[in-house]
Amino acid sequence: MTAVATPVPVTARPRPVADVSTMLRRSLLRAVRYPGLTVFLVAGPLVMLLLFVYVFGGAFGAGVSAGAAPGAESRAAYLDYITPTLLVMTVVGGATSVAVSAAMDAAGGIMARFRTMAIAPGSVLSGHVLGFAVQALAALVLVLAAAVAMGYRPDAGPLDWLALLGLSVLLALALNWLCVAMGLNARSVETASNTPMLLLLLPFLGSGFVPVETMPTPVRWFAEHQPFTPIIETARGLLAGGAGLEGSVAVQAVAWCVVIGVAGYAWARALFRRERRA
Amino acid sequence: MPTTARGLAIEARGLRKSYRSKAGEQLVLDGVDLVVPAGTVTALLGPNGAGKTTTVGVLSTLLAPDAGTVRVAGYDVVREPDAVRAVIGVTGQITAVDDLLTGAENLRLMADLNHLGRAAGRRRTADLLERFGLTDAAAKPVSTYSGGMKRKLDLAMTLVGSPSVVFLDEPTTGLDPRSRRTLWAEVRALVAEGTTILLTTQYLEEADQLADSVAVLHGGRVVAEGTPAELKQVHDAGTLDDVFLALTEPPADDPAEDSADATGVGARSGTTAGPTDSPTDSPTDRENAR
Repeated sequence: MTAVATPVPVTARPRPVADVSTMLRRSLLRAVRYPGLTVFLVAGPLVMLLLFVYVFGGAFGAGVSAGAAPGAESRAAYLDYITPTLLVMTVVGGATSVAVSAAMDAAGGIMARFRTMAIAPGSVLSGHVLGFAVQALAALVLVLAAAVAMGYRPDAGPLDWLALLGLSVLLALALNWLCVAMGLNARSVETASNTPMLLLLLPFLGSGFVPVETMPTPVRWFAEHQPFTPIIETARGLLAGGAGLEGSVAVQAVAWCVVIGVAGYAWARALFRRERRA
Repeated sequence: MPTTARGLAIEARGLRKSYRSKAGEQLVLDGVDLVVPAGTVTALLGPNGAGKTTTVGVLSTLLAPDAGTVRVAGYDVVREPDAVRAVIGVTGQITAVDDLLTGAENLRLMADLNHLGRAAGRRRTADLLERFGLTDAAAKPVSTYSGGMKRKLDLAMTLVGSPSVVFLDEPTTGLDPRSRRTLWAEVRALVAEGTTILLTTQYLEEADQLADSVAVLHGGRVVAEGTPAELKQVHDAGTLDDVFLALTEPPADDPAEDSADATGVGARSGTTAGPTDSPTDSPTDRENAR
């Protein structure tokens, strides 16, 4: 019964950096081959931007900027107000696509194949997480460019831009890990994006589209205590060149991202290792 | 190749595995003993739901055994799963390819994950495409491949890392006779190179054609083992089909028959080779999983 002592072959030693970069390449290649999800990443926020500025903006603007006259002035004020929100929602949209990709892997046999290979255990999911983080950041730049084309003029300085980039990356990683877990937890590819879609509702139930002060007390309480309010307020403050941004709000935003990211990562790892009935 | 002291590529002793679900506990493997000498082909036969796929799952580190010792290439699947993974190749029941990538990209992905290096990875990819007759389709997305082509690519991907032990779980289910024969030829070529193969199959002719040894799984145990010729002789049967039918006859007055799933093995043995609603071994599973 005793085995002949054999050294573990070299290939059995984990090479996480190589494996993660291989899986990232796979994810980006899939994005090129199947651009539907990527197009949706840009198109979704873009449609909302147009809708909220050119349809609702003329009326809503008065609610976010006291004294703005209805019409063009109000529209411009509302564009200022919701551009940061839509940048955050672009990142959320990327996360819902992560769930679909993870569910596609789990539904096919390829997840089982990866699990029988001597590769770094986190690399399969990291590929999806990083791949869609890259796509979300690219989409975010395009959405921002569209806002600028519509007349948006951010006041952010170089440090504000850097901080905004950091926040976007952190938020993308956090939500992507959470959504990768949701995708693995889904019963099918078709339902994989259902739970993540709920995340897209949260900016509406926060300071994303109207100030929380305008909401009835229970809704306002929820809005003030959910993660997207500090995250959107921080993005808004940074784009405004730091004007009106409280340090404690920025800390809350980062803390929420870390909590979501760590919890999502732990959940995703557990689901990846979970036995699936053969 | 590393093996146990007795030159065994696969050695399972007293392997037990049950699944727990809301419906209760279902015993699937009830003390499976299985040995596969290095460099040989063993076919695992059994009715639908007999536990063939579960056995492969445990041997390939996808499922943890509840009891028993399991060694593959000399490594313990529980204590040294990564060492096992480094020497095995698995072609599961569900085709495991990335539909969005091309055939060549799928193979290069495997080459990268096996850390073959750029040049060696490209060579290996080209070799395998050639060997499986996929060179012309190499640059096409796998979503355009036929079932047979996907299955060939699936096996090619399994072989990129030159595994010394290969598991094939119903590799030819759903394939036309020509594709089936191509895969048989590949299996023979692998064995000629010294690879050990454990394959599960519903096609007894396949076992007869390929296997040095056949193990019949029934009721969660291996109920018969031997060369195809030995089994036919012992059971005085002309074909492996007759052996199979004789060995896997449903128990006539098994009280467990009526109480369905919860009792597990007893109830599951009530099915023979015909189609069943079993979630494990149904040949239509692969199509449904799409």
